[in-house]
Amino acid sequence: MADEPLVLGIETSCDETGVGIVRGTTLLADAVASSVDTHARFGGVVPEIASRAHLEAMVPTIDRALAQAGVAATDLDAVAVTSGPGLAGALLVGVSAAKAYAYALGKPLYGVNHLASHICVDQLEHGPLPEPTMALLVSGGHSSLLLAPDITADVRPLGSTIDDAAGEAFDKVARVLNLGFPGGPVIDKWAREGDPGAIAFPRGLTGPRDAAYDFSFSGLKTAVARWIEARRNAGEEVPVADVSASFQEAVTDVLTRKAIRACTDEGADHLMIGGGVAANSRLRAMAEERCAAAGITLRVPRPKLCTDNGAMVAALGAEMVARGRGTSSWDLSADSSLPVTEPHVPAHGHLHDGHHHDGHHDHVHELSRKNLYAP
Amino acid sequence: MLALDTATPAVTVALYDAGGDRILASADHVDARRHGELLLPSIDRVLGEAGRALAEVTDLVVGVGPGPYTGLRVGLATAEAFRAALGTPVHGLCTLDGLAYAAGRAGLGADEGPFVVATDARRREVYWARYADPVTRLGEPAVARAAELGPEVLALPAVGGGAVLYEGTFTDVRAELPVDQSAESLARLAAERLGRGEELLPPRPLYLRRPDAQVPANYKVVTPK
Ligand SMILES: [Zn+2]
Repeated sequence: MADEPLVLGIETSCDETGVGIVRGTTLLADAVASSVDTHARFGGVVPEIASRAHLEAMVPTIDRALAQAGVAATDLDAVAVTSGPGLAGALLVGVSAAKAYAYALGKPLYGVNHLASHICVDQLEHGPLPEPTMALLVSGGHSSLLLAPDITADVRPLGSTIDDAAGEAFDKVARVLNLGFPGGPVIDKWAREGDPGAIAFPRGLTGPRDAAYDFSFSGLKTAVARWIEARRNAGEEVPVADVSASFQEAVTDVLTRKAIRACTDEGADHLMIGGGVAANSRLRAMAEERCAAAGITLRVPRPKLCTDNGAMVAALGAEMVARGRGTSSWDLSADSSLPVTEPHVPAHGHLHDGHHHDGHHDHVHELSRKNLYAP
Repeated sequence: MLALDTATPAVTVALYDAGGDRILASADHVDARRHGELLLPSIDRVLGEAGRALAEVTDLVVGVGPGPYTGLRVGLATAEAFRAALGTPVHGLCTLDGLAYAAGRAGLGADEGPFVVATDARRREVYWARYADPVTRLGEPAVARAAELGPEVLALPAVGGGAVLYEGTFTDVRAELPVDQSAESLARLAAERLGRGEELLPPRPLYLRRPDAQVPANYKVVTPK
């Protein structure tokens, strides 16, 4: 429909320079430039390399998205950008470019939350989000369960990882197995040849007294490493496929179990799964099975929309426009620890001054930095 | 002509009418931590004060550093996005050249001979370059610890925030000359060079350092010995 908002979204919170264009809930373009190959040899994302790559890729990626969508910049109704959470220097490139682009075009600007964008992107795939939506976000930077009664204004954290993000665990296990970086896709591939029941790896935080919606993958990662080392020390071959399958099974078992429990407890009949790990084939299959058994409708976007991209930012921006949410001001800043409870950053009148947030917000919205090398 | 520079602690913006040789409006803030927040409101204010729209600007001039990376990128990303939206050409200038030019305008005479411009590169280093006079740089800008520059450089008249920071190591610091970058000088210098038909730099950052990143050693063994 032509009267739905036409929005361009810019995402630079980690290592992907993403620019997407949507009209309402229709995806028109999704252009991504990734610096992942450059990071591969460092075994993790190097913030300064990511920031440099964002600056180089920014304008070419905007141009590519406009060409893909077949729209002129002057036709846009708004520009949206990830203002946080994420890597500070990386976010700043996108925020600076988005502000200048919107200003030059005379368009309104929406600084939006990266995590809320990961949820909202599903509107491009499966239409408007049910309210509330239960969302499981899993990637190299985050593992959270979020309840979103209104994706533009009300997102509530139910639980998150207390140590490593799920994607980080994949990266670390891949490193122990000498499979390279990033670990997710390669472990997924190996696991298809392996037996998920071969090794009983621990399921973190699943005891009766453990926090129902929090995750822990650090113990699992260590258990896998120990198991492999024991084999190596005994001079035995490491069964890469079985280790991959059994490790992956442990991760996806915990993720889906807790997500479904949250749906049941909160009375949510929809579960949305997003983030890079949502591209994992076993997670998708297991979630489908368990959701079907529990009478829950599962919504998982196609893999390309699960990883970081600009379309998700545009999708949330379009929803902000459609619901008449306040625009951001020209002094919008990059906020590496933007709380998940703030889906967007409207102009002033907002609660925080320069060094804001009352300090009690926890890891829920913070990009885990354990696999990142200091700037 | 709209000039901006975020490669030093200063966030500086100036709108310059090259034909009439006058600055229509300018804004300068010194706050090394808030480049991202300050730049666009400054541009908005400068254009507002001059009663001009960004679309009327014929040329963008941006300091390409060298400078600490995070701030430096704010100016470049902004200028590049303006170009993407409006097609306005972007000209790059070495940030140190702007300071040298400002020093000349503030009275550092051509008769004083060579001088050095230094800015703070953090990590106890400076970005620096030598100048024969305020419009003639000798060699490429570089990064180094002040003490490593050698007595013949350290004895030269020294200009800029890096010189002031390491006063004593630089033995002839001219603190009365402009310490911070000014977009006004950058605009005038760009107009002068463009007027002579010179090509300016592409709007690419001068980092002068490779990103800090080490290829990690193999994973740490977790089995207790
Ligand atoms: Zn993400």
